Amino acid sequence: MSILVFCDHDNGQFGAATLNAVSAAQKIGGDIHLLVAGDASGKIAAQAAAVSGLAKVLVADGAEYAHGLAENLAPLICNLASQYSHILAPATTTGKNIMPRVAALLDVMQISDIIKVDDANTFQRPIYAGNALSTVRSDEAIKIITVRSTAFEAAAAEGGSAAIETISNNGDSGLSFYVKSELSSSERPELTSAPIVISGGRGMQDGANFAMLEKVADKLGAAVGASRAAVDAGFVPNDYQVGQTGKVVAPDLYVAVGISGAIQHLAGMKDSKVIVAINKDDEAPIFQVADFGLVADLFEAVPELEKELG
Amino acid sequence: MKVLVPVKRVIDYNVKVRVKADNSGVELANVKMAMNPFDEIAVEQALRLKEAGGAEEVIVVSIGPAQNQETIRTGLAMGADRGIHIEASHDIEPLAVAKLLKAVVERENPGLVLVGKQAIDDDCNQTGQMLAALLGWAQGTFVSALDVAGDKAKIVREVDGGLEHLEIKMPAIVSVDLRLNEPRYASLPNIMKAKKKPLDSLTVDDLGVDIKPRLTIVKVEEPAAREAGIKVADVKELVEKLKNEAKVI
Ligand SMILES: Cc1cc2nc3c(=O)[nH]c(=O)nc-3n(C[C@H](O)[C@H](O)[C@H](O)COP(=O)(O)OP(=O)(O)OC[C@H]3O[C@@H](n4cnc5c(N)ncnc54)[C@H](O)[C@@H]3O)c2cc1C
Ligand SMILES: Cc1cc2nc3c(=O)[nH]c(=O)nc-3n(C[C@H](O)[C@H](O)[C@H](O)COP(=O)(O)OP(=O)(O)OC[C@H]3O[C@@H](n4cnc5c(N)ncnc54)[C@H](O)[C@@H]3O)c2cc1C
Repeated sequence: MSILVFCDHDNGQFGAATLNAVSAAQKIGGDIHLLVAGDASGKIAAQAAAVSGLAKVLVADGAEYAHGLAENLAPLICNLASQYSHILAPATTTGKNIMPRVAALLDVMQISDIIKVDDANTFQRPIYAGNALSTVRSDEAIKIITVRSTAFEAAAAEGGSAAIETISNNGDSGLSFYVKSELSSSERPELTSAPIVISGGRGMQDGANFAMLEKVADKLGAAVGASRAAVDAGFVPNDYQVGQTGKVVAPDLYVAVGISGAIQHLAGMKDSKVIVAINKDDEAPIFQVADFGLVADLFEAVPELEKELG
Repeated sequence: MKVLVPVKRVIDYNVKVRVKADNSGVELANVKMAMNPFDEIAVEQALRLKEAGGAEEVIVVSIGPAQNQETIRTGLAMGADRGIHIEASHDIEPLAVAKLLKAVVERENPGLVLVGKQAIDDDCNQTGQMLAALLGWAQGTFVSALDVAGDKAKIVREVDGGLEHLEIKMPAIVSVDLRLNEPRYASLPNIMKAKKKPLDSLTVDDLGVDIKPRLTIVKVEEPAAREAGIKVADVKELVEKLKNEAKVI
């Protein structure tokens, strides 16, 4: 049995969530191959080969793979499919975009966002914003799976020495064209892999007030997140959103500031090890999941917190 | 151009779902249902396209039991022109939904299909991409801005790192994200008018699609509940607990 893992990267940086998908593949068991498709992605391929536990790294190089376009990548993956029992990708926006297209081309059902491997055919996944956990079995010849990265430890990025093999291209579908990206640049750690996350909600009142959270974040080495209400109101960009329809995080410490705790928000953070809530409403539902709740006005509590942290 | 909008009937997003005692699924009896919120955004976008002269007809389609006709009526009350209901059980899988939608696309020849990026019940996030694959069309997923111009559409996608701008060839599948628009409410006169709008019913057999499930649900369970912790008196106590008790800072 061989397993193919799709490597999420942006041609410059190896996507950390790929390591969690590799570790899910290790739980299934078998030879693991990593597919690096990109444009001049030699550096990524070299990084991939160093990941521990891989038997092989497959490299497809071409301009048509530079931007993760599903219309170009799905046929490439499908061409390889006959050699594998499972194809996995991290449930990042790239993985979520491509894999259902692969599944439909192969005429199999995808298993989305798995959080546990029971055996090679049986997987656990959250439904209803994590309010229920569904165990599903697939008896299809090939399993197409996306992996929730917070549910699996990252495989070691070093120590491996997989062989690199170049595979042939599929060409450009001519269906979609990359124009440009507007990426949020930040010196802080990436939201989904940061050990500490501090998030602000509607209670922050405006975008400028997020500077208060950033100061605390800088003292703690934390990433900054937000509720949907804060994103919709334009306080912060879309990639800050934590929740059912945003990012899922599970840091050691999650601090929710001025966030009420709607189920859609909880879906994205309730697996955090320690949850702190700062809210002026002592009945806010966020306190039902918080390990440490502070009923206070955030405009006093947050600056004080920054000071206390020294 | 016609715009096709698949709309799904799901448990209302405000309802706290309960797992059935026999672990076969979640309790649906006597639970408030509504149109998947992402699909409301898709209907709204289709209506805006029509109002701007970019589309002639907006068709909403829903796959599921008889009650899904209410969801279709909601779309018609928002302003869609006609509805198609395909009778099926509620637990039909995304691949089967995509195959049925493909058959509808082949009958109706829409220039654009607007789907929700995910249904808030099963959270699969698959149907649109699968439909695009089956049709061999371009897919614009998680879209927060859409501008159709002739045989191309400019889209902005919400991705993990921020935003991505693409141009996609039409006809296309576009899956909509939360910030594309704010859906309108249906007014009372429009709710009345919607009752008279055409709504066709089709069966799975009419469309000649095999919808046999591919996955088996072994069991559905409640996740381990998180216990509420303690309230701290002030920031000092909070920092002290985080340092010495939880040891996370
Ligand atoms: C389809 C769908 C998908 C969704 N997806 C997501 C998602 O992915 N992520 C998400 O977060 N939400 C999501 N939501 C929205 C969710 O339902 C809530 O509306 C949202 O999480 C509320 O954000 P909030 O807690 O910031 O705002 P509110 O609910 O308005 O809460 C603000 C809180 O701030 C507190 N507050 C105000 N002022 C102060 C002060 N000075 N000091 C201290 N506390 C203060 C208030 O007491 C209140 O509890 C989704 C909704 C739908 C329908
Ligand atoms: C109560 C309940 C019980 C379930 N039990 C089972 C079960 O036993 N076995 C099982 O395999 N699955 C089960 N499901 C899951 C159900 O089959 C999925 O909802 C379905 O597979 C579609 O997945 P999704 O809605 O997450 O798709 P997504 O891909 O997340 O949906 C995206 C978009 O596709 C469109 N769409 C999806 N479905 C429809 C539809 N029916 N009509 C029109 N448009 C649609 C909408 O535009 C939607 O926004 C159950 C679902 C519910 C609500």
